[in-house]
This record gives sequence, structure tokens and C-alpha cells, in this order.
Amino acid sequence: MNEHVMDVACRPAGLDRSKQGVLGLGLDRIEGPAKVTGVADYAYEATPDGIAYAAIVGTPVGSGRILGIDVRAAEALPGVIAVIQGDPRMPAGESNSRALPKFDTDVILHLGQPVAIVVAEDQAIARDAAALVVVRTEAGEDRFDVEAQPVDTKPEIGFLPPVDKGDLDAVMADTAVTLDRTYTTPVHFPAALEPHATTAWWEGDRLTVRTSNQVIGGARKTIAKALKIDADKVRALAPYVGGGFGGKTGVGAEAILAAIAAEVVGRPVKIALPRRQTAYMVHHRSHTIQRVRIAADEHGVILGMGHESVVAQNDDGEFLEPVPFGTLPLYRGDARRFKTDLVRVDLPASGAVRAPGEAVGTFGVECAMDELAEQLGIDPIELRRRNEPETDPVSGKPFSTRRMLDCYTQGAERFGWPASVPAPGSVREGEWLVGIGMAASLRGNFTVEAQARVRLEADGRATVECDMTDIGTGTYTILAQTAGEMLGLPVSDVTVRLGDSDLPASAGSGGSFGAGSACSAVVLACEDILGELALRMNAAPEDLSLHDGCVSAGGRSVTLADLVRGEPIVAMGKTGPGAESKRTSQASHGAHFVEVAVNAVTGETRVRRMLGVFDVGRVLNRKTATSQITGGMAWGIAYALSEEGIVDTRTGAFVNPDFGEYHVAVNADIPQLEVHFIEEIDTSANPVGAKGVGELGISGAGAAVANAIYNATGVRVRDFPVTLDKLLAGLPAV
Amino acid sequence: MHFTINGQSYDAEPDIRTSVLDLCREHLGLTGSKKGCDHGQCGACTVLINGRRVNSCLTLAVMHQDDEITTIEGIGQPGNLHALQDAFVRHDGYQCGYCTPGQICSAVGMLDEVKKGWASHASGDLTDPKFDDAEISERMSGNLCRCAAYPNIVDAIREVGGAEPAGRTADEKDAAMEANARGELVA
Repeated sequence: MNEHVMDVACRPAGLDRSKQGVLGLGLDRIEGPAKVTGVADYAYEATPDGIAYAAIVGTPVGSGRILGIDVRAAEALPGVIAVIQGDPRMPAGESNSRALPKFDTDVILHLGQPVAIVVAEDQAIARDAAALVVVRTEAGEDRFDVEAQPVDTKPEIGFLPPVDKGDLDAVMADTAVTLDRTYTTPVHFPAALEPHATTAWWEGDRLTVRTSNQVIGGARKTIAKALKIDADKVRALAPYVGGGFGGKTGVGAEAILAAIAAEVVGRPVKIALPRRQTAYMVHHRSHTIQRVRIAADEHGVILGMGHESVVAQNDDGEFLEPVPFGTLPLYRGDARRFKTDLVRVDLPASGAVRAPGEAVGTFGVECAMDELAEQLGIDPIELRRRNEPETDPVSGKPFSTRRMLDCYTQGAERFGWPASVPAPGSVREGEWLVGIGMAASLRGNFTVEAQARVRLEADGRATVECDMTDIGTGTYTILAQTAGEMLGLPVSDVTVRLGDSDLPASAGSGGSFGAGSACSAVVLACEDILGELALRMNAAPEDLSLHDGCVSAGGRSVTLADLVRGEPIVAMGKTGPGAESKRTSQASHGAHFVEVAVNAVTGETRVRRMLGVFDVGRVLNRKTATSQITGGMAWGIAYALSEEGIVDTRTGAFVNPDFGEYHVAVNADIPQLEVHFIEEIDTSANPVGAKGVGELGISGAGAAVANAIYNATGVRVRDFPVTLDKLLAGLPAV
Repeated sequence: MHFTINGQSYDAEPDIRTSVLDLCREHLGLTGSKKGCDHGQCGACTVLINGRRVNSCLTLAVMHQDDEITTIEGIGQPGNLHALQDAFVRHDGYQCGYCTPGQICSAVGMLDEVKKGWASHASGDLTDPKFDDAEISERMSGNLCRCAAYPNIVDAIREVGGAEPAGRTADEKDAAMEANARGELVA
């Protein structure tokens, strides 16, 4: 095992010396042909023989107590195999590595809480039977209206401790230029297109689950804990995952319920959550109420900044949306107050959705910066420049790499940002009001412990193995590129095996840490292989030259197949966070630039063009990295304009729990998006030098759209999304 | 019941409530067509029935015993990709891949609709619609992609369908990105 925890900065020589030149290229995804032909198999597919279908029964009310469950009518339906309830292992919600939910409880936490499973010969029968199960309940005092609940100002949940530096109140009182605004964002659903699904089967006391999950190593342990069996009796498989966006980081109740059902009926069982049930059984991003305060001198230099929010969680939830996470290191200012308060509600759990914190926190802070710029009469880019910190303004730590100023400069140049931004509401083309806006983008960078195994096979090809997932992020391809770069192989000579918890433990996909962590483990494993190849070449590792399957040293050139000599060379690599990770403040950075047109008659907003420049450390694959960023930008557009989960405060139901009513972006909403990278390899981040990409694109994207809408119309909306009704009253006369 | 799918004959006895989608996925082992919502809201299940694109979750199998059904498995296979499948790979017109079979079936049907001169909401002239990016985006808006690969999906379809690009072409974008990489790499 070649292990490098990040106690010191790291720059593997093998990557610098490589002649292959394949890492970073915008290669096509290696699993592409499988995806475009439908051959790629997801959790509900590749079904074992004798499969039975399950459907989950949820509570019909959102608070109170369960008195009894009558399953007779369901059991009597032809084709029903079993109706299961009252099993002590049945979870009331999602499990994850930090916390397990309540099990077999009669307490109702929210509407649609799972209470029974129906297993049948066919999907239609299971669904029909589930509707026949009668759940008797006793009413409780409901808390469905988040705005009507008491606020806990010292919540004991969440991972982000409050920050209170200096005296913000005093600075606000003493400073000439101040801004104090409140912004709100609604419930957001992760809404991966692949349903949350699990196929489960037992062979003796061993359980296998094919499950739609981002972190299957963690899932394996969590499932074992929930079922009270040994983790080595559980195998989790996820060769393809149809999107996760945070919703598939934990283990959904359906995975545990499928395992229980498979054990009870003695057959493989599969469950896919119907779309409308997904909103109740999968966590969402909490609504947020954000108060942003900024105190600045007359030149716009920030002296104090506050970002204080209220978010919601149910009684079983441990997650607290870390709203100010991205604000912490964003701008200078000595007085700083960042905290997030809590209201407890009887609603489905809130949890981590793509870029927890930054995705919504940037709506507050980046719109506030736009408002401050206008108040001061300073260009919004110039205002940000003046507030670029030299070190982390909360911790005082040095930044590992930070190219934010370059993102502003290059973005402004490429976008054609004018020397003087037109006055709000002043540019009109026929019935369209046209405006521009920008916002900064920041997402904290993490390195997580990860292992990988690399085998140099007898035929000179390589195989990379780890329990990472590829949730659309490009993992298959970047791991092949990394191994190809280190070993001098084209990616067509590298096989990548992922999505099997029997393989070496990786970080999984979440928090944008998957790529940097997993690729680093591959680099380290390859270093060991290079050491062995050097021995066989009778040369030092640094004298090896590898290209297209040939190794050269000291004037001698040998094919890898000849050098391997029949027995594969197998090596393990491992990386993880260390002292260097703690010594430095690490984040990916960027800047978004947007042009919108708002219809003066209808209030409809069309994003005409959008461009961003991003600092993400080493770019591992230019094509897939660009796609991840543009995907995030599109989320930002939809967060700004249409995504809004609405709670019926009378019942605790979601009014719009499906794609018909919860409006994710469609093709016609998204123009051609332009992405540029500033590539500075971050040797403090991880051995491969890559920072997170997957969540960066959404950070700040929606705020840039909202700022452009303000510039187009002169109407400042602080209650997101910016829908037509909120603009119409303020629009200039037609 | 008897079905013709991708030119092959299949016999099956599904529950009468079974959709074409569930027939394919759960009875015939054709899992290329995806179920995203089962409500006709996402388009992941799009197949061609007698050449027209259809949300296969919204139509019952029993209604289609005399029809020609084409699923993604019939469009092209690994090693024998349809031009659109190849273009989706090169333009990265997907990420997680779950909506992709539906996107591609939809694009095949859509290009045929354009060829026949059918107008869309985006058509300026209903009797002679142009084929441009706005038309592609409008006509593909029944197929959701949560990863939001939309710009690349448009690039792929434009290339195969021969539409005029809006703004920069994909090649120009690639060239700009490569120049960006050369100029800004801090080694």
C-alpha cells in the first residue's frame, strides 16, 4: 500500500514526467456507448430470477401517532405475496453514517412516513395493494408552517459551528454605509431522474443490494447497522447511478425495506420509489430565511459582515443546512457573524442537496453584494475586487490556491462586461427589458480518505478498481485517464471497475471530493507499480519513460506486457486528509456572468447567455468537468426562476411533488453556456492536485441571474424564485 | 399477447394494466427504456411507435399488439451506433445517462417531424419552420435531463440534423477552450 495522507503538499513526479498526455484531455466518456444504447444497467435493472415487486405504504397524516395498521384487504388481493408491518428493523426514514432513524416507531414525523411494505408478483398489484392498507392514526399537534414555529437559536445539530468575530452590531451602528436585507429560498428537491431504487436478495445470511446510491461503501456499513448484521455480510452494487445530487448519499428507507422484504418472502425483491413518494421518502433542501448585513467604508471596503439564517428540520433529522458555508472565506471584513438557527417541523427530512450551503447561501450574499455596489455607485466586480481577502478571513489560514481575481478579470473580458453598467431598467429591445448581472462562486474543497487498486495485467493493460460511483460525474473516464497517464497507456487499454462495495474503499460521490480523492489513490497505486517496473528495468523510477504501452530507460525499450512476465503487478494506493489540509483554507472559485431578457408585458425571464470562469485546480477531463459546471449553472438558472417545493401548511403535504409541478430546467430554458477554466494545480488539496467541480457551478449562478433581472427591470426580488408575479407590479409601463 | 419490438416478435401475458414501458422493462428484458416518473412528465421512457415518439409509460401494452415499437435497443448497439448516439457521446450530451435513451429516441422522432415540415411553438412560419437551436430546444423540452446536459444535447442534434448553430459552434467552443488551457495553465 502506497499511502500519502496530506500532511505535506504533494506533487507526484510520475504525473509531471508522463509522456502519455492523456490526463486533462476532453476525452469522450469511456462508458458512453453503454449509456447511449441503453446497455448501462441501473439499480432496478439486471434483475435476478424469481423477482418480486414491493410498494411502500406511507402514513396518511403528517403528525400524531399510529394506532394500528389493517392489512387484510391488501393481503386478500390476488398476486399479493406478503404485507409486512411491525418488523422492528423497519426504518422511519433515511439512514446514514452519522445517524440511524427511528425504527418501528408509532410516532409520525411527517406525511408519507413508511409504515408497511406490500410484496406482490407484479408492480401494478403491489401498488394497488398498497392503496388498500389502512393506517389508523391519532391526531397530533402539527407543525407544518415553518414560519409559525419557534426558532431555536442554539441548535445542537449541524456540522458548521457559528462564527462570531468582532462586534458586528457596533460596526453596523458606527459605519456610514450599511446594508441589512433578508432573502428567502424555498424547498428544493434533488430530483435525480433515476428513481431511488433497490433490488435486494439473500444467499444464506449474505445480502446483496443493487441500489441507487452515491456512497456504496458507506451504504454497506449503514445497511448492516440498520439490519443488525455484520458489514461483511452485505454487498452493495451500483455500477451506474442515474444522478444523485445529494439525495442518494445516505441509505433510503426503501433499501432497508427491500432487504427485509426479500428475507421475509425468500425471494429477490425490488422497489423503486414512485416519483410523488420520492418527495416524502428522500430528503430535500430546507427552505431558508437569510439575513445578510454588510458594513463598508465609503470606498466599499467591507468592515463587517453577517449571514444569519433560519432553516427547518424534522424531529428525527440531524442535518442543518449550512447556509453561510460559502460566505465564510468569500470577502474581507474583521467583524463577522455567521450562524444558522433551526425550526423543528413535521415535514420530511431536510438534508444535503448539491452544494449544501453555497447553492442557496450565495443567493443572499451575492445579491446583497450587488445591492451594496449599487448603493455605493461602484461596479459590482470592482466592489468584489476591493474585498478580496489575502488570507481566510475567519481562520487566518493561507489559501492553498485562489484565483478569484483572475476569474473576475477573465470573465468580464470574455463576457464583454461594460466599463459602466447601464442603469436598471434602461435597456429595452421591443417588449424585452435587457440586463446583465454577475456573481462570485465558491465551494469549499475537501479531501476524503480513499483507496484504489491498480493491476497491470499480463497483457500490459491496466485495471483500476475501487468502490467509487460514477453518478454522471465522469469517474470511469478520469480514473482511466489517471492510470493511463501514470502507466503510459491510452485509456482504451485501461479497464475501470466501480460500484461494488467489495472493491477497495473510496470516498464515494458527494461534496465534490470524489474525483480528487479517488484519482489520487490511483496515482499512488501507480507509483508503486512504477517502482516495480523500474526494478525490472534496472533503472530508477525517475528515469523511466512510459508511452503507449512501452517502457524505456537507459536506451532500452520494452513493452509492458513483456515486462510484466505473466503475473499481474498489483498495487494499492491510499490518500486522505492530513496536517496540510488543516493548515490551508481550500476552495474552488469562479465567477458567473449572465444576460437576461425580461418581457415587459408578461414578466417572463429568458436567460440569453451565461458564461463562467472557474478555478478548480487540475482539470482531470476538460469535457466532463465542463459538463458538470454547465449542469450546475443550469441548476442556478432553475433555482433563480422556477424551482420551488411548496408545502400545504394544512396537511404537511407537498403541493408539487412531481415534474409536472416542480419545475426543473427544461431544454428551452437553457441557452448555450460557456465555461472556462483557470488551471492551477493545487498541491495542498490532494496528490492529483484537483479541487471540487461538481457543486461549484451552482454556487452563485442563481444570484447572477437575479442580479441580471434587477439590472433589466429595476425590480429587486429577494424571495426566490423570481417568478413572473413578483416582477409584474414593478415593471415599467408597457 | 403478441408484440413487434425492434423488428422482433415477442409473446407475453402481462397484467392488463401494464404500460408499454413496463412490458419492455419487466417482461421482455428490454431495460434500455427508462422510467423516471411514470407520469409522462420526464420523457425518459420515450420510444417510437410506428415511427412517432411516445411516452411509453402513458400507453398500455394491450393497445399496441399490431404496432411497430422501436426502443433504444433497436436504434443502435455498442459498436454499431446510430449517428445520434455517436454524436451524444462526442458532444457529452448526457452525464448520468438515465434520460439518454429517451433523449435519443425523442431526437430520432423529432428529426423526422422536422423533415415532414411539422411546426412547433418556436416556429416563426407555421408553414415553413426553420430548423435552428430554438427549434431543437423547444422540440426536445419534453425530455428532462436533471444533469442539464441540454447545451450538449442541442450540439449533438444540430450536428446530425444539419441545423444552423446559434452563436459559437461546438468546434469554435472547443478551440476557445483549448486556447484557454494553453494560455492559463500554471504548471
